[in-house]
Amino acid sequence: MFSLQNRRALVTGASGGIGSAIAQGLHAQGATVALSGTRQEALAALAEKLGERTHILAADLADAEAVDALVGRAEEAMGGLDILVNNAGLTRDGLSMRMSDADWEIVIKVNLEAAFRLSRAALRSMMRQRFGRIIGITSVVGVTGNPGQANYAASKAGMIGMSKALAQEVATRSVTVNCVAPGFIESAMTDAINDKLRESILAKIPAARLGRGEEIAAAVVYLASDEAAYVTGQTLHVNGGMAMI
Amino acid sequence: MSDSNIEERVKKIVVEHLGVEEEKVANDASFIDDLGADSLDTVELVMAFEEEFGVEIPDDAAETILTVGDAVRFLGKSTA
Ligand SMILES: NC(=O)c1ccc[n+]([C@@H]2O[C@H](COP(=O)([O-])OP(=O)(O)OC[C@H]3O[C@@H](n4cnc5c(N)ncnc54)[C@H](OP(=O)(O)O)[C@@H]3O)[C@@H](O)[C@H]2O)c1
Repeated sequence: MFSLQNRRALVTGASGGIGSAIAQGLHAQGATVALSGTRQEALAALAEKLGERTHILAADLADAEAVDALVGRAEEAMGGLDILVNNAGLTRDGLSMRMSDADWEIVIKVNLEAAFRLSRAALRSMMRQRFGRIIGITSVVGVTGNPGQANYAASKAGMIGMSKALAQEVATRSVTVNCVAPGFIESAMTDAINDKLRESILAKIPAARLGRGEEIAAAVVYLASDEAAYVTGQTLHVNGGMAMI
Repeated sequence: MSDSNIEERVKKIVVEHLGVEEEKVANDASFIDDLGADSLDTVELVMAFEEEFGVEIPDDAAETILTVGDAVRFLGKSTA
């Protein structure tokens, strides 16, 4: 079950913690993976670790032109595209009353608009080949909200709504569109949290621990697989029980 | 570009995209009523025409392209 042999996947944010785990998970199931991000060295290191069936496609997702070109580059490198994982994301936190236009715009642009542009481009060949998997990495915050993250929560909630609309548009073509919503996942960011804050976070998580990137990757592998063909427009929450929604 | 050339290219795209037999793709054939297209197919067809002929087909024009002949006429005008 869950083989991705002969599947071709593009993963954005593959230079980051969760994205690299996703790329590794897809690759381990047999997929060819195109790794995207802005940090060349991180992408190259991951490609080296994975070995064959990898391609490096650097792109700045804040640049609409680069975004619009990325799917075409992936299709050219791999001979097509079956799986798109919109994982790249950033935060620019601050209370709304003090949030700058720039902080609002960049988060919407990279987290939401780039995901739409990439999905739109990917759908062309997915529709034609009558197979496709589009998976967005959203966040528990997109459903629950979080003070200081109006921009981020909007982008992540937007991704869920967008995915539901896309899912309905293309379902007859065996293209599914779903989201995975991580809770708190171990990362460079969460490693830097002080003990007191860590304790207060853990108190809200029934599993009493942070999640791991591989646990997000496993959800992505499932949604990308043939076995998940009848699952579309859904958001799979992977959060240790911190929000049951 | 000659009209017959346009017609040939349009019909080829229709055959490829809708998987219908060439004989069925008559000028008065309606994509939806005669050739079994759904609304997504018509969007895909319009995008394929745009690509093949290097033109942009605005939504309000696309809505008037209901038959094979409509497409041939529209593309004949816009590539003239
Ligand atoms: N960690 C968590 O607890 C958590 C929880 C819920 C949701 N998430 C979501 O999971 C996803 C991955 O997060 P992570 O924890 O792995 O964070 P991360 O390590 O900071 O990775 C973020 C990734 O996004 C890429 N990225 C950011 N801005 C970009 C831009 N302008 N152009 C291209 N790529 C860009 C980064 O690429 P470069 O570094 O190469 O620029 C990096 O690969 C994000 O969408 C995040 O919102 C994370």
